[in-house]
Amino acid sequence: MIRVHVDPEKCQGHNRCYAIAPELFDVDDFGQAHERHDGIVPAGLEDKARRAVANCPEYAISLSISE
Amino acid sequence: MTDHPRVQDFATDFDHTDPQWVADPYPIWDHLRRECPVAHTDRYGGAWLPVRHDDVAEVAYDTEHFTSRTVVVSELRPGDDDLPAPIGVAPPITSDPPFHAMARRLLLPAFSPKPIAAFEPFTRALCKELLDATAGKDVIDAAVEYAQDIPLRVIVRMLGFPQADADVFRRFIRLILEDVDASAEQRQAQINEGELDAYLEARINEHLAEPQDDLTTFLLEAELDGNKLLPEHVEGTMVLLMVAGIDTTWSAIGASLWHLAQNPNDRKRLATEPELMDTAVEEFLRAYAPVTMARLVAKDFDFHGCPMKEGDWLLLPFPAANRDPEAFPDADQVKLDRVENRHAAFGLGIHRCLGSNLARMELRVALEEWMNRYPDFELADPAAVTWSAGQVRGPRNIPVRIL
Repeated sequence: MIRVHVDPEKCQGHNRCYAIAPELFDVDDFGQAHERHDGIVPAGLEDKARRAVANCPEYAISLSISE
Repeated sequence: MTDHPRVQDFATDFDHTDPQWVADPYPIWDHLRRECPVAHTDRYGGAWLPVRHDDVAEVAYDTEHFTSRTVVVSELRPGDDDLPAPIGVAPPITSDPPFHAMARRLLLPAFSPKPIAAFEPFTRALCKELLDATAGKDVIDAAVEYAQDIPLRVIVRMLGFPQADADVFRRFIRLILEDVDASAEQRQAQINEGELDAYLEARINEHLAEPQDDLTTFLLEAELDGNKLLPEHVEGTMVLLMVAGIDTTWSAIGASLWHLAQNPNDRKRLATEPELMDTAVEEFLRAYAPVTMARLVAKDFDFHGCPMKEGDWLLLPFPAANRDPEAFPDADQVKLDRVENRHAAFGLGIHRCLGSNLARMELRVALEEWMNRYPDFELADPAAVTWSAGQVRGPRNIPVRIL
């Protein structure tokens, strides 16, 4: 299973993840991002998850793979 | 204007208003990145210039050694009359922690993705209207007749000021941002004239008398710790929105069109593969990032062997960071489908551009509407393209021929 996680300490609200993968991320009223659905990446969205990670200027998003 | 001597050596005597820098700064930064990599100048009373992505990022994240009290390098250093840190003259961009976070949090909701999306129809209608006005022309100035009016009129609309005041705004922006090589005396005299303050005060009074559903009323009704904002805070934030929200985005739209005018393949791709627009917008922002910020050194310290002294300027060139080959493969090539793009066009750290969602929306809509109307065009006269001097870089004249 693939999961994404936004580090709230590092996120500065660039909102790149939300623009790339609104299925996986949402933003609050202040533009701070957080992962949706406990960060679980449904099948078919793995590529979007990787793109969100690779486009965060603050390196705030991490991706983890578990059984 | 003072007449700055031409720069002979950018490593020891750089000047961001030098004609060579204004015309094409990228080779200068490439050279410094390899040879220097932190440049210094005695001009402006002493200033430093990192150009590597890692160094630029390190400064952006370091609010202990660098203050944002003044973010535009000029001959006029902050004096005793200026508001002290942490507020600064245009909060929150000129604010330091901890005041910064409060002033910023106040504004963030107005600029988060969802409220900004509400301005997209206005922006799109505006773009169409500007394009309609060019109908039948062979040659159009894509900066003057298109790019510059888009963010200008969007900000005027957000603040709830009369659209007819767009010209007044244009003059204020030039005064604040582009005349930075004016002497300290000239600059102070311009600021002392008080025209800008008087203009903003009049708009504030109108809004106090008759509150509107706009950003001006939002600022006047906002509270920090249960208190209304100080009048200088409201005015300062308005100045910030004018300065930061207009010629920055106008520069990004202009530079993108300038690139497309010279690259038929990219033009064709964008016209035939509109799904490329999202990565293309990010790539234009990376390659032609308009904004260089500045800091003042807050206390003496050693930065990678550079003896920085309290009060030294530091120029923070995010556009140079975006061209660092260590951070971006093929950094000097524009790749409309670049999928990994952690560019720093909107800065890094706590001062990340508050208006980035707005700027991205405006740039995307402006390019979509232009490409819809004029999918094929070229520079009519490359020698007539001029670039702004100062910390916001963009083309100010882009005569293009419609093909």
